[in-house]
Amino acid sequence: MRNHLATQPLFDLSQPGRRGAQFPAADVPEKPLEELIPSQALATEPTGLPEVTESDVIRHFVNLSTLNMCVDTHFYPLGSCTMKYNPKRHERLSSLPGIVDLHPYQNQADLQGMLELLYVTQEMLAEIAGLPAVSLQPAAGAQGEFTALLTAKAYFEDKGEKRTKVLFPNSAHGTNPASAAIAGFDCVQLASSKEGLVDLEDLKSHLDDQTAVFMVTNPNTLGLFEKDIRQIAQMVHDVGGLVYIDGANMNAILGYTRPGDFGGDMMHFNVHKTFTGPHGAGGPGSGPIAVRDFLADFLPGPVISHDASAAEGEAYQLVTPAKSIGRVRSFYGNIGILVRGYCYLRTLGAAGLKAVSENAVLNANYLKALLKDVLPVPNGDLCMHEFVASASRSKAANGITAMDIAKRLLDFGFHAPTVYFPLVVPEAIMVEPTETESKETLDAFAETITRILKEDPEFLHQAPHSTEISRPDEVVAARHPILQCCESE
Amino acid sequence: MSYLFNTPEQQQEMLQTIGIDSLEALFSTIPADLRLDRPLDLPPALSEMELQTHLSQLASQNVGPTSRICMLGGGAYDHFIPAAVDEIARRGEFYTAYTPYQAEASQGSLQTFFEFQSLICQLTGMDVSNASLYEGGTCVSEAAFMAMRVTNRHDRVVLLGSLHPEYRQVVETYLRHLNCEVVIVPCKDGSVDPADVDAAMDDQTACLVIQHPNFFGTLEEAAELTEIAHRYGALSVVSYDPISLGILKRPGDYGADIAIAEGQSLGTPLQFGGPYLGLFSCSEKFVRRMPGRLIGQTVDRNGKLCYVLNLQAREQHIRRDKATSNICSNQGLIAIRAAVYLSLLGKQGIREVAELSCQKAHYAAEQLSSVEGIELLFPERPFFKEFVVSCSEGADYLLRKARQAGFDLGPELSRFTFENCPENYQTGVLVAITEQRTREEIDRLVTVLKA
Repeated sequence: MRNHLATQPLFDLSQPGRRGAQFPAADVPEKPLEELIPSQALATEPTGLPEVTESDVIRHFVNLSTLNMCVDTHFYPLGSCTMKYNPKRHERLSSLPGIVDLHPYQNQADLQGMLELLYVTQEMLAEIAGLPAVSLQPAAGAQGEFTALLTAKAYFEDKGEKRTKVLFPNSAHGTNPASAAIAGFDCVQLASSKEGLVDLEDLKSHLDDQTAVFMVTNPNTLGLFEKDIRQIAQMVHDVGGLVYIDGANMNAILGYTRPGDFGGDMMHFNVHKTFTGPHGAGGPGSGPIAVRDFLADFLPGPVISHDASAAEGEAYQLVTPAKSIGRVRSFYGNIGILVRGYCYLRTLGAAGLKAVSENAVLNANYLKALLKDVLPVPNGDLCMHEFVASASRSKAANGITAMDIAKRLLDFGFHAPTVYFPLVVPEAIMVEPTETESKETLDAFAETITRILKEDPEFLHQAPHSTEISRPDEVVAARHPILQCCESE
Repeated sequence: MSYLFNTPEQQQEMLQTIGIDSLEALFSTIPADLRLDRPLDLPPALSEMELQTHLSQLASQNVGPTSRICMLGGGAYDHFIPAAVDEIARRGEFYTAYTPYQAEASQGSLQTFFEFQSLICQLTGMDVSNASLYEGGTCVSEAAFMAMRVTNRHDRVVLLGSLHPEYRQVVETYLRHLNCEVVIVPCKDGSVDPADVDAAMDDQTACLVIQHPNFFGTLEEAAELTEIAHRYGALSVVSYDPISLGILKRPGDYGADIAIAEGQSLGTPLQFGGPYLGLFSCSEKFVRRMPGRLIGQTVDRNGKLCYVLNLQAREQHIRRDKATSNICSNQGLIAIRAAVYLSLLGKQGIREVAELSCQKAHYAAEQLSSVEGIELLFPERPFFKEFVVSCSEGADYLLRKARQAGFDLGPELSRFTFENCPENYQTGVLVAITEQRTREEIDRLVTVLKA
């Protein structure tokens, strides 16, 4: 039973004179503010923040939180997004005093434990990537892409070359071309082959001495391993270009193969996708990059170095690479998320990581096998950690779209899969169960989809039926944006 | 392995359903010659108990503000965090939720982000806020990009020399390959002279980036500088300290076009520099040029008030290489922390935190400058909660002596390069005083330094 008082808009809860936080009186001799700050800089009236009590705040936000589906409460089969279980130990350990409360400008001698943790993180990521140099600085995967592209650009300029083109397959994440454009490159989109892989002929036709970087996700966004990746890399290298691996799907290949081994020169990790940083309803993420040795000098700094023979308190140091592209953010990176990644890697070790990929791929192929008769999967017999089904057949037969299925799943307590991505599959339904789901959950999910496909299409168009709201009007929202609650009418 | 659910028997059943006979066979699409033929070389796996011991041991090699007194500033501050902030942020319903693309499954996050946007608008006096960017430094670059789109001027941006030097470095990294000139106005006595800004501006300048209070803690002539920017048809971008707006005029009050900030002060722990929170707000007329995620209010098919991700076409999903930015995430969980923090403080609380910080900082500045050999580097400039001292014995001496007595001051200005700034900047040390510092602590530091 829900009482709607607490979830009404926050500002409606405000009553003049209420407060949720109390501060002590000043213990220093106070002076009139006008003596400290020039009057033209002082506010003439208080901010319009609401006035509510601590209990108002708690009840409001706790009630709001219960309007969410989340990994802690629901199965989240989101393709391309890897929503797996977030271990609780990480939250405790990343909050330890001496971890959570360090100021970025403290004396390095007082930070040796943190710097050691980050140094070992660099080393572990380098080993997993098969690429020796790592920068932990990027704040998210997309910033990792951008950072790596700038690193490549600096490398070419250092060689006296000015290359203009970045190539990517048409199934790429939208961030790839966006990052390339912001880094000042021209974007060239390539076709996919019938099998959903990079079309080698099309790639060949675009490769020339202007090719700076080929960006590819492997396994790709259809959940397929690019089996010709070494040949692809060779083709790119033959014209002097670099290969960038979008690490979004690394959880499929941990311990089985490494980007550095199959021809990648640069990659980013998504710590939340591969190493269980929680998604946080949109972030924070963390997007460390790994590169080949000849690119190391160009990485953004600082990175962490280690000298075992150094004096006490100086073994771990923050250093800026010799020809660094500069900074891509203030301070050092999304450390709190990297600490969670470190905890995960230390919990699993080599065998555990390999088991992660085995179970992720097993779960995806099992679910695909259960669904393939009702939701055909156009590309590939075996998938990696995810697959892309298509609702084209049901749409043609009785008008049931990918979106209808997605919305109706919410009624059964399953989060919707990713729909309408990648763009190369019509009525795409992209499913990634992840390794932390059980067979029982996958069986129940497959049964539910099968059942939904037999339901009345009209009923499905109106789904979901049991959630707090259903099918918001996004057209009106976009045409007349209301982006805060106190706007003048 | 405690995170992997299927038993060996279940795995066998599942393999049968798939129609293959081994886990290895699942990876048959990876050509044999690309396979790693050895285990990854990683440290051994640890149980939860062992990991906890290990992390505690690493943590004990660090010294944080729980055991030392933090007067460190420079863009990250030790403000008090009420317990209720952690309580809400630790709810799995928030931190394990996905980006709210499925509005029906995400009204909790969506309404919270909408309220976050509303709170930031109230705090800054701006018309619209997005649902956060990475952190303060990248906000400057995103603001510069946006100003170029709005003004259709792509060749020149002007930054005050008193901008956080790391923010300046980020802008330089972001813009280096776009043939955009980054002009730095020299900073002479801890702030810039508006006449110098006027001289640096021209009618091809996309924006003027002001930090107020600036990196040295002092106040700029923000309103006058905004007018100068407008006179040249450029946008005024103001980077503010969110706590300072408890007592200072808001960027919206003096006509800023884009207001940006590092939001760490609003309820997020220091955690060695990240994740932090990029606050980004602007005036209404630029809303469709704004980067990042926006949450809007609408109604559902039954007419019920609800919230959705709005204006998504500006993001990277649809126009791809024409996108307004490559940003794919926001700092959702940190934005939630800020929303809870600002709700708890309210209009009275934010004023008190600002006043306490300001009063105590001025007391500290007065006391410290009474120590022989220590003086304020910019004695004429008004400041908010942070100030620069110089020590006749040198910055290292001052930092070491304070540190030995359990106080962390800084950062020292010699860590950074300031273009066109007087040489005496190299001797300076920043001191930041939040509401958490007490008179007793400040007096003790002064006693130590006098000894």
